[in-house]
Amino acid sequence: MLNFLARRTLALIPLFFGITLISFAVIHLAPGSPIDVLADLNPKMTAEAKQRLVTYYGLDKPLHVRYWQWLHRFVALDFGVSFSADRRAVMDKIRESLPITITINVLSLLLILMIAVPIGAYSASHPYSTFDKFLTVFVYVGFAVPTFWLALLVLILFSVQLEWLPISGLTSLDYAKLSLSGKIWDLTSHLILPVLLSAFSGLAGLSRYMRGSMLEVMRQEYITAARSKGLSEAQVIYKHALRNALLPVVTILGLSVPGLIGGSVIFEQIFGIPGMGRLFYTGVMSRDYPLVMGILTIGAFLTLLGNLLADVSYAFVDPRIRRGGRA
Amino acid sequence: MNGSTVWRTVSRNPLTLFGGCVVILLFVVAISASYLPIHDPYEIDADAVLEPPGPSHPFGTDELGRDVLSRVIYGARISLWVGFVSVGIAIVIGTLLGSVAGYYGGWMDGLIMRFVDVMLCFPTFFLILAVIAFLEPNIATIMAIIGLTGWMGVCRLVRAEFLSLKERDFVQSARALGVGNVRIIARHILPNSLTPVMVAAILGVAGAILTESALSFLGIGVQPPTPSWGNILTSGKDNIQIGWWLSLFPGLAILVTVLSYNLLGEGLRDALDPRLRGMSG
Repeated sequence: MLNFLARRTLALIPLFFGITLISFAVIHLAPGSPIDVLADLNPKMTAEAKQRLVTYYGLDKPLHVRYWQWLHRFVALDFGVSFSADRRAVMDKIRESLPITITINVLSLLLILMIAVPIGAYSASHPYSTFDKFLTVFVYVGFAVPTFWLALLVLILFSVQLEWLPISGLTSLDYAKLSLSGKIWDLTSHLILPVLLSAFSGLAGLSRYMRGSMLEVMRQEYITAARSKGLSEAQVIYKHALRNALLPVVTILGLSVPGLIGGSVIFEQIFGIPGMGRLFYTGVMSRDYPLVMGILTIGAFLTLLGNLLADVSYAFVDPRIRRGGRA
Repeated sequence: MNGSTVWRTVSRNPLTLFGGCVVILLFVVAISASYLPIHDPYEIDADAVLEPPGPSHPFGTDELGRDVLSRVIYGARISLWVGFVSVGIAIVIGTLLGSVAGYYGGWMDGLIMRFVDVMLCFPTFFLILAVIAFLEPNIATIMAIIGLTGWMGVCRLVRAEFLSLKERDFVQSARALGVGNVRIIARHILPNSLTPVMVAAILGVAGAILTESALSFLGIGVQPPTPSWGNILTSGKDNIQIGWWLSLFPGLAILVTVLSYNLLGEGLRDALDPRLRGMSG
């Protein structure tokens, strides 16, 4: 198992460098520079002052030199100082916002698993039933719905019309004064819509995948064997089929990480949540190179971590992979 | 499989037919938008700001008094443009790289497929966001960047087709006759591997339309006053306390369009290649 883990981890390192290299090149080759943005804001800036800033940020050096310098600092987890007015370290900014984004995404992943697995399995064991047809319709609609639109609609319904839930942010203004239970409710009421909505699109995909995987397993000979042994249908489905059908689903979950991270930009923007997605958006808008590069790196890292976790949990439940070394 | 068999399979599936009809209808409406009896989508009317849906404005008006129905109809043009051009770019890149990787194999295959792996690991939406915001956000940039980040699936499909087709007898005999590599790729293998590419293209249009609307919604896509479904939704968000109609209708347009492309694509896939039936996209 350790051997397997080490091999998988090593295989991810070149991927990681590939991703950071492409990000770096793309960001820095784009025309225009952050100094121009500063100069636009401050018309009194002289050409000489501009030049000083360029040298200060190392923008005059060739691309490969800058990437090399960036790598050097990256090893020490130093992403440099943000170009924004507060001049804070990029790492500090990320450290504040990342836990919020991760919490929301982990909650929605759990929610997806808890709902998609049972409905997918049920639907596959009762193919062409009313429930199965309903699920198919749900899946088609789920794939086609722009989730940011759905977010707007639920905001209009629950926050504007019914006034049940707060409209944006992570906590209310009087959060500090609330009792503990009040704080918990306050956080929950702010998180409920973002978590539900970011789970929504994944839910459609995963329940369909679960259904397909389950149907595939039900055709196998060991299921026929289990049935002919005289096991009850429930035992066949939930003990023999479900466990095997879960294997590929685990992988898909790991692969859904980039989508979730990407989606967080939109959700955090709509719900006004101070997470990494929103930080990225502001960074991009103000051409904050170090911040954008830092977040892209963290995003790549999380994606690869998701892949690794998927591999490992797959190997954990399926001994064939641990020994054979395929996958 | 010949055309009439495909047609028979497709026409037996009402969902595929529905998808196809909506797609055709969208084309007709988008192309003929300027001849339709609707308001000018750019006409500002200070006396009709944020009017709810009514007889003169079936979808209501926006914060500048512009007719939402006609803005949604003109928005269909943007969606179709972005959908087709960006998918076209993705198909060209994916087919080129996929055929090279599948046909030549060896280190070229290794290199291209590792590149595909890297691109698939990207939180693509982050990359798109960064690139568009750093460049000018306009429709050309959006089409280019959605295409440049969406070719990996096609590349894998084409490569898989090439791997199996290049061992077939008709390719071997072409080679024995002394036909050059490029000609074998372009004339013999490629035409035989286009079916899954076509299906992937139709499904890809749906994805591209969704991405464009998300970008325009964030304000880094199609820029106002040009109407796009995404940027009408932005004004829906800005006027969330008053104008629900600004949020409802453009979103419905996206939903119906994307749904139709998906239904059409999956129906065609089932009709063209029964082996793939039931597989998710």
